[in-house]
Amino acid sequence: MAAETHRDDLASKTGMWLFLFTEMLFFAGLFVVYSVYRFRNPEAFHLAAKELSVPIGTINTIILLISSTTIAMSITALQKKNKKFALLLIGITIFLGIAFLVNKYFEWGEHIKEHIYPGSPVLALRGQGDVLFYGLYFFMTGLHALHIIIGLVFIGFIAAKIVKNKIDSESFVLLENSGLYWHLVDLIWIFLFPLFYLIT
Amino acid sequence: MENEKNHIIPYRTFLYVLALLIVLTLTSVTLTQISLGAFTVAAALIIAGIKSTFVLAIFMHLKFENKMFSRAVVGVILLLAAVITITLLDYLNR
Amino acid sequence: MSNQKEITEPSYLEYKGKYKGVFSWILSTDHKRIALLYLFSILSFFVIGATLGLLMKFELIAPGKTIMDAQTYNAFFTLHGIIMIFAVVIPGLPAVFGNFLLPIMIGAKDVAFPRLNLFSWYLYVAGVSLVIVSQFAGDGPPDTGWTFYAPYSFRTAGTMLPAVFGAFVLGFSSILTGLNFLVTMHRMRAPGMTWLKMPLFPWTLYATGWVQLLATPIIGITLLMIVAERTLHIGFFDPSLGGDPLLYQHLFWTYSHPAVYIMILPAMGAISEIITTFSHKTIFGYKFMVASVLAIAFVGYFVWGHHMFTSGMSGTALYTFSLLTFLVAVPSSIKVFNWISTMHQGSIDLQTPFYWAMAFIFVFMIGGFSGLVLGSLAANVHLHNTHYVVAHFHFIVFGGTGFAFFGAVHYWYPKITGKMYDTKWANIGLVLFFVGFITLYGPMFYLGFKGMPRRYFDYDEVFHAGNIISTMGSWILYSGLGIIIINLFSSLKGGVKAPADPWGGKTLEWTIPSPPPVENFDEIPLITKGPYDYK
Repeated sequence: MAAETHRDDLASKTGMWLFLFTEMLFFAGLFVVYSVYRFRNPEAFHLAAKELSVPIGTINTIILLISSTTIAMSITALQKKNKKFALLLIGITIFLGIAFLVNKYFEWGEHIKEHIYPGSPVLALRGQGDVLFYGLYFFMTGLHALHIIIGLVFIGFIAAKIVKNKIDSESFVLLENSGLYWHLVDLIWIFLFPLFYLIT
Repeated sequence: MENEKNHIIPYRTFLYVLALLIVLTLTSVTLTQISLGAFTVAAALIIAGIKSTFVLAIFMHLKFENKMFSRAVVGVILLLAAVITITLLDYLNR
Repeated sequence: MSNQKEITEPSYLEYKGKYKGVFSWILSTDHKRIALLYLFSILSFFVIGATLGLLMKFELIAPGKTIMDAQTYNAFFTLHGIIMIFAVVIPGLPAVFGNFLLPIMIGAKDVAFPRLNLFSWYLYVAGVSLVIVSQFAGDGPPDTGWTFYAPYSFRTAGTMLPAVFGAFVLGFSSILTGLNFLVTMHRMRAPGMTWLKMPLFPWTLYATGWVQLLATPIIGITLLMIVAERTLHIGFFDPSLGGDPLLYQHLFWTYSHPAVYIMILPAMGAISEIITTFSHKTIFGYKFMVASVLAIAFVGYFVWGHHMFTSGMSGTALYTFSLLTFLVAVPSSIKVFNWISTMHQGSIDLQTPFYWAMAFIFVFMIGGFSGLVLGSLAANVHLHNTHYVVAHFHFIVFGGTGFAFFGAVHYWYPKITGKMYDTKWANIGLVLFFVGFITLYGPMFYLGFKGMPRRYFDYDEVFHAGNIISTMGSWILYSGLGIIIINLFSSLKGGVKAPADPWGGKTLEWTIPSPPPVENFDEIPLITKGPYDYK
């Protein structure tokens, strides 16, 4: 057993921010790859981007923005000792996160039906620029979707703790931390959206 | 650390920011339908940057935290920019 | 004196907690026990890696096949590199001495996140296990070198996925350790210990923590991209699909260069502690030492291209990276100057750790100078991928981190174990180790300069004599290592009991018993003076 420690919320929050930095750097590697291949294949990227559905992308962007709002508001609700409202807001956040994933599933489904996916011979025939664009598209949105799933699980755990009153108006740093993680997932999408859908 | 617990952001603030973020999103979509050449993408990215600033400052609470956090975030962003720039230094000049 | 102080608290080694036997170790969240878990794992892997090296050197004692064929040699140098880099020198000093000493040196009872600390060790074990799996599963062990260069790494039949994924998991262990240490230093310094009253070893762990945090994720994503290449043929680094293999190198070295600063900064921190203590004089230029450490970490982030000078980068990239590489040598030189100046007019106590520190300065400087040679574009054309490079990095990493590790082991051994080691055998081991080291790696500078390539299991007859000398050096080194390790273990039983402060050190670890109690301090100290208060 280690020494007993008193609760240090600032340490907890600092730890979460540092973890967010690692996530930013993690995605940064992919942004580097994107920058290089976009620079080398401007036309192909421009044309491939037109094949993505701007309406679905926009709706997904707004879904995530709303979900960020609701989880931020849930902290206020908890601070105001409004447990029910906090849980409702968190529930909306989770619902919106799942909605995002469902949209993504259909979006990807469309591409895969046309035999556009990493490693597909049809894609290879379309040319190197397309291979790189779609490789990056699937990898980056896929990795992002994985982080959404992780975020939803994290938020789910936090919701359970709120129900059991382990997180309340006096001790809510874990809710704040789950919010921070969720906002990061939102931030990444704020950049993915223009880079894949709006470079037309 | 004490003012942390006492500082409660009103619901209204979050909803105003959301409205702004949605407006910015729709603006960037509209802008890219109009062809502005190379500036289209730059504009979309600048708007993305503005949206991020609001998410970081209000949703992620940076505006109300110890300045150390904002400085670290800026530092990390600058580091990312430097790495991308130096890598592109290779590709731009081949 | 209060009643409490007359009842001796059990040391962290004797402490009986919730769990018994081996579980009291592998389920412990005590930073001191976790440090020893790491020490045990890292030493074991070091011996495995060293044995691989010994066998490789034996293969190279003569041209042609000696004891293994070319494919086996490729697998050997790959595993040797993966183990030494990812499982030994990167975790090395932070995981062992950082874990044990950091909380104590800043006056804390543990790190900020003790359970995360234990989890980091579990990740370490999982990572190395995956690497071991890659040796025995599938179509043969990896043969790409520890650098996993594309496109070979996604075309080779060798079992890459467990090895690559093992490295990924090890990276997480490193990230979480860095994160833990950063928060610990920000939040848990004892009252009165301002940043500029913190000793130098914690400062190096601080700079290292930022590098672990901000560089490791990049290799994480790069390794995932290799997995995507191998499994999905995604095309990022495959020229036939439009990818650029050079981009892999950029991404790989963007982490792996800062990684060498993860290796060397804590080593430099340990050396600062040792030199200060055995000179009985405060460190010369404390503020410059702190600034240098931060500068090395910062500038070190921007020099990665010097591993790629002959790969086909643009001219602009070439001279930018070369210039920055020369720049990063400056803070290191400041540190060497300050170490020597600390010794000057100090009251030197010649003990085993101090000998290690002096040996460190010697080999580190040779390694450093050879780095400047390699950093010069024109010279690099001739020396890249030759044994000159092998000599350079062994002098600076093995000589640097390795020597500092052994110095740190002998310096903090009394504190960690509560015993004194046998000085005579420690010094004999050191001398053999040092002589073996120079004999093993010294000739490689000459061999490389003359054109002997690296990572080849065969060579031209003209390089034969140098290789014989080098291989004999490996035997001397290995025996020295054996004596050192045996001495450390046998002194656990037979060693004299160690006092709280056997060396006359001034940092906080020397104010508590050897070995320390579980919670380190009865009362958190109030700090009023600087860390090296020798008056």
